[in-house]
Amino acid sequence: MSRRPDTLARPERRRFLQVLAGTAGALIVGVRFAQAGEPPLPAAMLGNALFDLGAYVRIDADGNVLIGARDPDTGTGVATSLPRIVADELDADWSRVSVVPLGLGVENGNGEPRWIYGHQLGGTGNSIPAAWADLRQAGALARWLLMQAAARRLGVPADRLRTQGGAVISPDGRRFDYGSLADAASKVAPPTAPVAVKTPDRYTLIGQPAGDVDARAIVTGQTQFAVDHYFGDALVAVLVHCPWTDGTLASKDFSEAEAIKGVKVVELKPEPGLLPGETPLAPSVAVLAEDTWSALQARSKLKLEWKPGPSGSESSAALEQQATELVNTKPPSPKDPNAKDVAPTTRVRNDGDVDGMAKKAARRVDATYVQPWLAHATAEPMNCLARVDKDRAVLVAPTQAPQRAWSVVQRLTGFKPDQIEIRVPRVGGGYGRRLDHDYVAEAVMLAKLADRPVRLLWTREEDLSHDYYRSASVHKLSATLDRKRQIVTWDQRMASASALAQRGAQEQKLWTSEVDVNQLPAGLVPNYRSDWYALQSTLPRGPHRGMPHVSNAFAVESFVDEIANALKEDPFDTRLRLLGDARQVPLQGGGSFDTARLINVLKLVADRIEWKNWLRTVNGLGIACWHMDGAYVAHAVETSLQGQKLNIERVVCAVDVGRVINPLGLEGQVAGATLDALSAALNLAVTFKDGQPQQRSYKEYPLASMAQLPDAVDVIIVPGDRDPAGASFLAMPTAAPALANAVFRVSAVRVRRLPLMKELLRLL
Amino acid sequence: MAQAQALASNPTSNITPEKMREGIALEINGRPFRHTGDPDMPLLWYLRDVLRLTGTKYTSDHGLGGADLVLVNNKPVSASSVPMHELADKKVTTVEGLAAADGKLHPLQQAFVDEDAIGCGYCTPGWLIASLDLLNRHPQPNDDQIDQLPNLCRCGCQTRVRRAIKRAAAAMAGGHA
Repeated sequence: MSRRPDTLARPERRRFLQVLAGTAGALIVGVRFAQAGEPPLPAAMLGNALFDLGAYVRIDADGNVLIGARDPDTGTGVATSLPRIVADELDADWSRVSVVPLGLGVENGNGEPRWIYGHQLGGTGNSIPAAWADLRQAGALARWLLMQAAARRLGVPADRLRTQGGAVISPDGRRFDYGSLADAASKVAPPTAPVAVKTPDRYTLIGQPAGDVDARAIVTGQTQFAVDHYFGDALVAVLVHCPWTDGTLASKDFSEAEAIKGVKVVELKPEPGLLPGETPLAPSVAVLAEDTWSALQARSKLKLEWKPGPSGSESSAALEQQATELVNTKPPSPKDPNAKDVAPTTRVRNDGDVDGMAKKAARRVDATYVQPWLAHATAEPMNCLARVDKDRAVLVAPTQAPQRAWSVVQRLTGFKPDQIEIRVPRVGGGYGRRLDHDYVAEAVMLAKLADRPVRLLWTREEDLSHDYYRSASVHKLSATLDRKRQIVTWDQRMASASALAQRGAQEQKLWTSEVDVNQLPAGLVPNYRSDWYALQSTLPRGPHRGMPHVSNAFAVESFVDEIANALKEDPFDTRLRLLGDARQVPLQGGGSFDTARLINVLKLVADRIEWKNWLRTVNGLGIACWHMDGAYVAHAVETSLQGQKLNIERVVCAVDVGRVINPLGLEGQVAGATLDALSAALNLAVTFKDGQPQQRSYKEYPLASMAQLPDAVDVIIVPGDRDPAGASFLAMPTAAPALANAVFRVSAVRVRRLPLMKELLRLL
Repeated sequence: MAQAQALASNPTSNITPEKMREGIALEINGRPFRHTGDPDMPLLWYLRDVLRLTGTKYTSDHGLGGADLVLVNNKPVSASSVPMHELADKKVTTVEGLAAADGKLHPLQQAFVDEDAIGCGYCTPGWLIASLDLLNRHPQPNDDQIDQLPNLCRCGCQTRVRRAIKRAAAAMAGGHA
């Protein structure tokens, strides 16, 4: 998902590191972000510094180094890349570094939570940029302390020493292992100002490939996800949710379920005191049992009848019709007010004079793209282990945003900030689903009801049928061209149900989750207009990986191809002409995007896929590019068609994220996001009938099989030295349009509706 | 005489024969276990809730997705679909049983590590079991054979899994198994 306004995630403006240095021969730089002016915590109060205070860096007397990983790792690799940023600044020997995932870092600041680890948010593309901004200090500080200790021992100035591979090196070449200096370093007075971080020429780990730190534990089945945690006395809870978020329980018979030994059945309702995204998605009936099998059996014996609320009349077909009508209305003209015309909910952007210039144009191209509702379908279903005692709550939660999870628990318990402990193990996929915490609320509510710890587990059916879906959208694009084949006007109308509409956002902000004000080709076409129409729906929506770029890039980058086709031009050349000269194009809201970097990734994928054969090959070649949040991406795809069987023969993706922390990790993210995007584009749609999703299993929501996906994704990483941009969903937006463009070349079928396979087979 | 008769009688007749042992005996990762609970309990919940072998994952109600795969007598089986009563005297291998006793990784596990064939890691155990079965049947699998793997992965680690399988196949052929 894209960044969205989030007060919880916003780093505190004035913050600095505190050194919580040492005990027992170890150097512990228990980094802690504090308000300026706040006194440092005395070492005596360290307690279990390792877990309580954020041991970003701990160096033991034996030279082993422990580094904390603060952001939840949902498969984005941050448990590897963040500690490597710290370790590089420390000049640690990576083979002696262990990584420990940190739980939520919260202290009690006069009743208000104080987030002592700073950024703790996973899967939003911001982990590395945030770490780059502040976490390097943790490693630099520990290294500085070790050098001071060595300087004292040797009686030489610290600036004559250097560090390498976990040791301080004296001017005469002797090595002093960090372990031998840890105790002394822990007694060095910390610096009063931030210490200097390394210059890039001295990086040893940054830019070098590293495998996932959890790899060995994962392949041996030892990694414990939240769902793998047990408290000895915890009950298992499984739910049947009401099919409608606004429905009610009309009749019930729990007797057969409760006949199973140890089973208790309770009703759970959304909690009015909780915000959307925090409160349960729908009322439910929960089965509490001593073990999962008993709970599942009892669940199947519940006799429930639900009554729909207003959402029971919704259907995705009717919503699509509404959206299509909306994008086909004209904004009301002041001269000729027409009752049928509807003003856009938001005119997102309006450069130049689209209507005026369009009238003078030589030719015009129009197309409408329709994209479906999508679910998250994380591999690890929603679950949460919760213990709520009289004055303490302990949770093991698969969350992307532990600070938000904390808010949910706090609202339900009224506990002080530090009475709530949230442990965040590795997370089995996020994609935006776990930025919401309805399942955390359910676990806490059940634990309170049962007066026992509860292990909540959603079945896959519950998971797919109760989600904060990505809204369907209809994109109507119109462009006009002059006699020199230049795009003169670009008119884009999008209708969707905003993910923010149910979250108390102001109406004038609802578009921000749906369309990017700076997306291509904004800034490149002199007369550019982007209108967004709000689709009214009660169906639950929320953040979804790569939103709003995924749906918009599919429409825009398909449309650029349609323009090329109308011009009988090579779509690669059309893109180059659209991007124009190498320059900085100003972005609304500040900053700029660099056309040279975008042209570069485009050329890289074109070269690699041998674009010069574009017309000659019997296979179809397709290309697409995009920029977002300071990062640049392009895809090229080669497809073949054998009867009705579509083969994705080759996929190339080039990315430019500035400085690369872990190229192996980045390659994995790029290849993974490519496959995820292809899987969704090929197969996936959630459809609603009578307000209910029709897809409740992987059979009905078929993630792409190995056979459908390409055998390889050829990833090209552009080296760079700018501050790193996030990459967890960078490769999402361009994969689908590059595929659709390739499909057009091989089949002459222009797919304007996703999922692609269904539409292609309909049109072939 | 009476004494001789007593000596001649079968001394074992005084020992109460051991009762038939209840439950379902099976072998898991080379160790014997006996399940005395509900014989209809799917293997998945026996592994997870009873033995706390949590490497085998729940992802869906009928095993779709493949994260719950285990080997039963060397054949891949969805642990959420097979009840315990079908497993009497069977040999079950889970992801926890793939490495050697000394901790040395199976070549396939090592290949997954070397190729970094891991997304979030949740479905990885299922990929390992399915891939191991594939290599058992086709020691040098081609792409079409790899394509038949039933597993799903939303993180998109399929291309790396493919590389890992080929790497493992090469390593095992080279006698490193």
